[in-house]
Amino acid sequence: MTLTISGLKVAVGDREILRGVDLDLQPGRVHGLAGESGSGKTMTGLAVLGLLPHGAKATGRITLGERDLLGMSAKELNKIRGGEVAMVFQDPATSMHPMLTIGRQLTEHMRHHLGLGRKEARARAIELLGQVRIPGAASAIDRYPHQFSGGMRQRIAIAIALACSPKVLIADEPTTALDVTVQAGVLRLLRGLCDDLGLAVLLVTHDLGVMSAVADEVSVMKEGLVVETGPRGRVLRDPEHPYTRALLDSLPGEKA
Amino acid sequence: MTDPTAVTERATLLSVDDLVVEHRTPGRPLVRAVAGASLSVAEGEVVGLVGESGCGKSTLARAVCGLNPVTSGSITFGGHPVTPLGLRRRNPALSGIQMVFQDPYSSLNPRRRVGAQIADGLRTGRDTTSSPADLLERVGLPRDFAGRHPHEFSGGQRQRIAIARALAARPSLLIGDEPISALDASAQAQVARLMRDLAVSSGAGLLFISHDLSVVRLIADRIAVMYLGKIVEVGRTEEVWNDPRHPYTRALLGAIPAPDGAGVLPAELPGDVPDPAAPPPGCRFHPRCPVAMDVCREREPDFGPVACWLHEPA
Repeated sequence: MTLTISGLKVAVGDREILRGVDLDLQPGRVHGLAGESGSGKTMTGLAVLGLLPHGAKATGRITLGERDLLGMSAKELNKIRGGEVAMVFQDPATSMHPMLTIGRQLTEHMRHHLGLGRKEARARAIELLGQVRIPGAASAIDRYPHQFSGGMRQRIAIAIALACSPKVLIADEPTTALDVTVQAGVLRLLRGLCDDLGLAVLLVTHDLGVMSAVADEVSVMKEGLVVETGPRGRVLRDPEHPYTRALLDSLPGEKA
Repeated sequence: MTDPTAVTERATLLSVDDLVVEHRTPGRPLVRAVAGASLSVAEGEVVGLVGESGCGKSTLARAVCGLNPVTSGSITFGGHPVTPLGLRRRNPALSGIQMVFQDPYSSLNPRRRVGAQIADGLRTGRDTTSSPADLLERVGLPRDFAGRHPHEFSGGQRQRIAIARALAARPSLLIGDEPISALDASAQAQVARLMRDLAVSSGAGLLFISHDLSVVRLIADRIAVMYLGKIVEVGRTEEVWNDPRHPYTRALLGAIPAPDGAGVLPAELPGDVPDPAAPPPGCRFHPRCPVAMDVCREREPDFGPVACWLHEPA
C-alpha cells in the first residue's frame, strides 16, 4: 500500500514546524529522510501515526491507500497505528517496557489488532523472533528487555513493529544508538524485511552513510521543508540543492 | 610490553603498562573490564582509542584519571604513578590530567553558573591571570555566557563549556571519554576538531575515546583499537585507516557505510561481543574471526602492535 504525504504542515501555536512536506512511500521501497536535528524529520514520522505532541496542529493530507489519516478519529487511527502502520524508535532501551517480558510486548497488540488467542499469538511471536534472527527464540520470549544487548533489543523492537504485518514501517534513527558492527546487522535486516514483505519503509536518519546503504529514494529536509528528493545515487552523488551538498561536505568520512 | 609504535622524538607523557582493571559485584562473577592493556601518549600527541561498547575503553580512561582502582599493571603520568582519587587532596602533580565526560547534561552542575565552574578549573591550575570569559572565548563561545546556567545551552555548547573547564586547569593530558557521542551529528566533528586544536596548541596530549572511527580518524595521530579489554592494534592513523591488519579492525572499518550513493550494505560482523566475565580461551576475537586458525583457539597473541597470530613479530 502506498502512503502519500502532501502539503503537510504542523504548527505549535504560531510556530510552523513543518511548512508543507511532500513524501511518497511505495511498497518494497525504503525512503530515506535526512537533515539535521530540528529540521522536522521526526515530526514528519510522528504526524503519520498521529503521535504529535500536545498542542500541535497538523494540516494537509496523509493518505494510506484511499484513506486520509489526518481526518480520522482517534478510534479509527488506533486501528491503524501498530496495525497497518508501525514504528521503530531510536533507543531500544527506552521504547520497551522494562518490567514486561518481550513475549508480552510482542503479543499484546497482536491480540488487540488481530484478535489472536494466547497460544496463537505466542507461536507467531516466536516465529517473528526467528525472523529478526534472535537466537533461541522459544526461550528468549520469556526474558526481559535488559537481558538483551542493544542490537538484540533493536531487533526485538523491529519484531514488535512487524507483529501485525504492517504495510508501512516508520523507523526513526533505528541504528543511531548502536555500534557500527551492530548497525550493519540491523540495516541488513531492515532491507531484507522491506524486500521480502513488501513493506513501505520511511527511514529517518541523519547519517548519510546509512542512507546510502539502504534507501532507494532520499529526501533532504531543512527547516520544515523538503529541499530535495530523488533516487539515492543521484542525490548523494550529484546533489542539486546547495544544502544537500553542504551536508555531504560536512561529513568526516571519505571524499570522492 | 612497551608500545612499539610510540613516537620516539617526543617525551612520553602517559604510559599505561599491562593494565588490569576488575569490577567486583557481590553475587556476580568477577568482570575483567581491562585485561592487560598497554598504551602511551606523548606530549602534544593525539591518540584515539576506539572499540565497541563494553570493550573497556571507558574503564581504561577512568583508571587513568584515578576514578577506578587498578588491579594490576601500572599507569605513569609525567614520571608519577597514578593513584586512585581519595577523600584527601589529590597529588598536585596529577591535576595535569583532566577529563571531559560523555554527557554534558550530567557533568556540569545545573545549579551553578558556568563561569563559577570554569573558575574551579582555574584554581586547580593555579591560573591567576585568565578569567572564565577568556576560556569561553577559547572554546568559541561568547564571553558573557559566564553568568548563565547550564540549562540555557544546547548539548554542543555544554560540551564546549565542559572542555573550557577542563582546559582551565592547564592540563598536560586531556582525556575525552566519548565526548561527542551525546551530540548532534553536525556538532560532532566540530567539537572533536576543537578538542584537538586546543590540546595541541597548548602542547598537551589528548587521549580521545570514541566508538566512532570516522571521527577519530579526523583528529588522531595514532589509533588504538580495543576489543574485550585488550588493545588489539595500534598504529599511525593513516596506516590503521588505509591498511588495517587485525581482522577486528578490518571488521570495524568494513561496517562503516560510505555515503557514496552506491547502495552497498555494510559487512556484518557475526556474533556478539563475548561476556568479559568469561572471555573465550586463546585469542579473544577468535569466535567471531573470519580467518581464525588452530593456534588462535589455544594461545593468546600477547604481542603488539597487532595482537593477531597472522601478524606475529619475527
